[in-house]
Amino acid sequence: MVDQLSWKVGGQQGEGIDSTGEVFSLAQNRLGYYLYTYRHFSSRIKGGHTNNKIRVSTKEIGAVSDDLDILVAFDQETIDVNYHELHEEGLIIADAKFNPTAPEDCKAKLYAVPFTEIANELGTSLMKNMVAIGATSAILGQSTEDYREIVQEVYGRKGEKVVEKNMEALRQGAEYFNEQAGGPIERLQLEKADGKKRMFIIGNDAISLGFLVGGVRFMSAYPITPASEIMEYMIKHLPKYGGTVIQTEDEIAAATMAIGANYAGVRTITASAGPGLSLMMEAIGLSGITETPLVIVDTQRGGPSTGLPTKQEQSDLMAMIYGTHGEIPKVVIAPSTAEEAFYDAVEALNIAEEYQCPVIVLSDLQLSLGKQTVQPLDYSKTEIRRGKLQGDELPELEAKEYFKRYEVTEDGISPRVLPGTKNGIYHVTGVEHDQTGKPSEVAANRQDQMDKRNRKLQNLKFKNPIFKNDKHDEADVLVVGFNSTRGAIEEMMPRLEDDGIKVNHAHVRLVHPFPAKEMQEMVDSAKKVIVVENNSTGQLANIMKMNIGNLDKINNVLKYNGNPFLPSEIYTKCKELL
Amino acid sequence: MATFKDFRNQVKPNWCPGCGDFSVQAAIQRAAANIGLEPDDLAVVSGIGCSGRISGYINSYGFHGIHGRSLPIAQGVKMANRDLTVIASGGDGDGFAIGMGHTIHAIRRNIDVTYIVMDNQIYGLTKGQTSPRSDFGFKTKSTPEGSVESSISIMETALTAGATFVAQSFSSDLKELTSLIEQGIQHKGFSLINVFSPCVTYNKVNTYDWFKENLVSLADIESYDSSNRMIAMQTLMENNGLVKGLIYQDKNKKSYQDLAHGYSETALSKADLSIDDEQFNELISEFM
Ligand SMILES: Cc1ncc(C[n+]2csc(CCOP(=O)(O)OP(=O)(O)O)c2C)c(N)n1
Ligand code: SF4
Ligand SMILES: [Mg+2]
Repeated sequence: MVDQLSWKVGGQQGEGIDSTGEVFSLAQNRLGYYLYTYRHFSSRIKGGHTNNKIRVSTKEIGAVSDDLDILVAFDQETIDVNYHELHEEGLIIADAKFNPTAPEDCKAKLYAVPFTEIANELGTSLMKNMVAIGATSAILGQSTEDYREIVQEVYGRKGEKVVEKNMEALRQGAEYFNEQAGGPIERLQLEKADGKKRMFIIGNDAISLGFLVGGVRFMSAYPITPASEIMEYMIKHLPKYGGTVIQTEDEIAAATMAIGANYAGVRTITASAGPGLSLMMEAIGLSGITETPLVIVDTQRGGPSTGLPTKQEQSDLMAMIYGTHGEIPKVVIAPSTAEEAFYDAVEALNIAEEYQCPVIVLSDLQLSLGKQTVQPLDYSKTEIRRGKLQGDELPELEAKEYFKRYEVTEDGISPRVLPGTKNGIYHVTGVEHDQTGKPSEVAANRQDQMDKRNRKLQNLKFKNPIFKNDKHDEADVLVVGFNSTRGAIEEMMPRLEDDGIKVNHAHVRLVHPFPAKEMQEMVDSAKKVIVVENNSTGQLANIMKMNIGNLDKINNVLKYNGNPFLPSEIYTKCKELL
Repeated sequence: MATFKDFRNQVKPNWCPGCGDFSVQAAIQRAAANIGLEPDDLAVVSGIGCSGRISGYINSYGFHGIHGRSLPIAQGVKMANRDLTVIASGGDGDGFAIGMGHTIHAIRRNIDVTYIVMDNQIYGLTKGQTSPRSDFGFKTKSTPEGSVESSISIMETALTAGATFVAQSFSSDLKELTSLIEQGIQHKGFSLINVFSPCVTYNKVNTYDWFKENLVSLADIESYDSSNRMIAMQTLMENNGLVKGLIYQDKNKKSYQDLAHGYSETALSKADLSIDDEQFNELISEFM
């Protein structure tokens, strides 16, 4: 019996690999297991190797596993590309149709199961994925009936007959495997899960849900991997709340339309990835100088240019912090789990309105697309705060005076009025302006307005800017990361501890303005600092050095080949540095 | 009720004396008053250029954005608050060069925004370079030997892009311009009004006199039918685009807002943002 295992299904893109992974993982989710998934895919629709790696556990997990227990292969390429991940007691179950062979140095055992043949006999080769899942259930010692609920959900609208056919495919897959292998494999028996219902969600959906709950009623966006799910979620749900989505002609329109709508009082978001963010830079500056709230999601992927569009990377950090010409107040929030992404999305909206500035919600491909189990989300923990937004009753102004929308205030934040409000007329411009928004190049005014804007974030309130796992008052090493690397870092920490190394973990959730004081304290209490990043230049490490110095203490572990970190990789690299 | 004077603020435009944009400003102010708007019902969004300054010269809500982007900003404002009257405005470079993509898509999207372009066939603010509306052979700072690119036929382009309201006018004809802006605002959907607005400083060819000589008024064409797209296209082509008046209007096509599925009939900016526990539970059940 094991408390967790890792299962992977692979084949050609367009062959139903994703749906195979979906049915398998949803069934495990219903049984109460914790899940963490990784999708390997390319920037094409049909053809090309794709796979889904799904980790199933009785405990919380947050990373792709180091090795693999079961590989389900729909073609030989899947075996050739993935067999090295399998451990000695691992298994390959492959479609007998292509006469699968295991490479010479393959440690795992291979079973050929006639996925396609069984499916064809039942009526359609499309059901070969169900046969494969059936065989999997036999390996794990699960009953095919455990899958009925999901099969019903997925195929129910096609009628009872289709459901039964699929159930039959499951059964036959299981039977065939049992006959061949003589029953479940002991080493691959999962301990029973608690059967509790939990959410199983990708980061993009968690962000979207947060936005909807946080009052977003309009979105303008342009499709791009790995951000499109946010737009798709909004298209599906906003109309029920009177809202809508416009798919714009480009990301410049997406960002500027969002600025227009936020100016007019609707919580409006846009979401994109690096290429789109590059196009939005001028608009971000406009939001900054006009003090118009704007929330943008950047789902990082491999850059630069089109780079590795379907692969993991964390290389937009500097661009998100500093991007746009000139100087503006900006907030960059980097959630590290789907659960955090939900709450942070709500907070991003609040901060954008309270501080009247652009807020970037930074994600990365693995967080955005990896599906993970999250603890129940608590609606009562969310709130909507709109800052100094004025109501629709304003006192009369002196004749022809404009409202002081950009009044120089102590906290730098000025009263905000929505167009349409009586006695509230003011002007908005991306040109430097006076307190009523009229263009002004007067030197003293320029300084006042710059200072006012810069002052706004000095007292930024953000809960837990750093996720801390710091049980040691004096640590041998502090490991630092941001976004989706959190789970892999957490998972390798006990291994370092087992080696007698005292390790603390700081995961930066607010990357800008940088929580220098908190980080300084953590750095001071460690002998060495290792910053783990999916980029090639150590952007977070550089941000830390800029903010807190400690140049000699700060080291990097970098990975930029397009794949997320495995816990073992971080462990090994840390050992090398210690 | 507001008069056109109520749409004046105390800001003195920094345009050159004689610039065509003064009349456009006056026409917007008059049109707004004529159709009974109050200053706070109106949002004027503008781009960057000499013309882009216009939003700062009208007593209404105003948004002077970035070069070429007045349309997406204006569409965002309208989507957020459909009770506002939204005018987008800017120059020919703003709308037909850097912002051309937005112009085409705003036309086919058909959100209820009135777009007024001050077309001087030159870049004024950057001191006299060629524009996509400059005539072939036109000499400017950036085309000292004369432009070798064709001028864009913007009215024809608008028609082919599916425009539901296309008009063209001239700064000297304040009356017609005012009336066209009124019609544009009242049109349900996107309206494009291109205004020949001479730049007295950098365009010494397309002057007031030149337009007076060359513009054909559609009112003078017997049996001109502005509901007929074929006739509109033919007339534009016959006159090399140099016509003034209401060129085309489709009163039947519904605006984007009327077609958008689920889109609230009341201003989104006034929506109640809270959701109840039951709704929340339904939302999360999708992921269980
Ligand atoms: C992104 C960007 N590129 C260039 C400029 C410089 N620029 C300002 S206005 C303008 C062109 C102005 O021409 P037009 O839009 O016809 O307006 P006009 O001044 O003639 O009214 C240019 C190129 C800018 N502000 N922003
Ligand atoms: S330069 Fe030309 S367009 Fe600009 S204000 Fe002067 S006359 Fe008008
Ligand atoms: Mg111009």
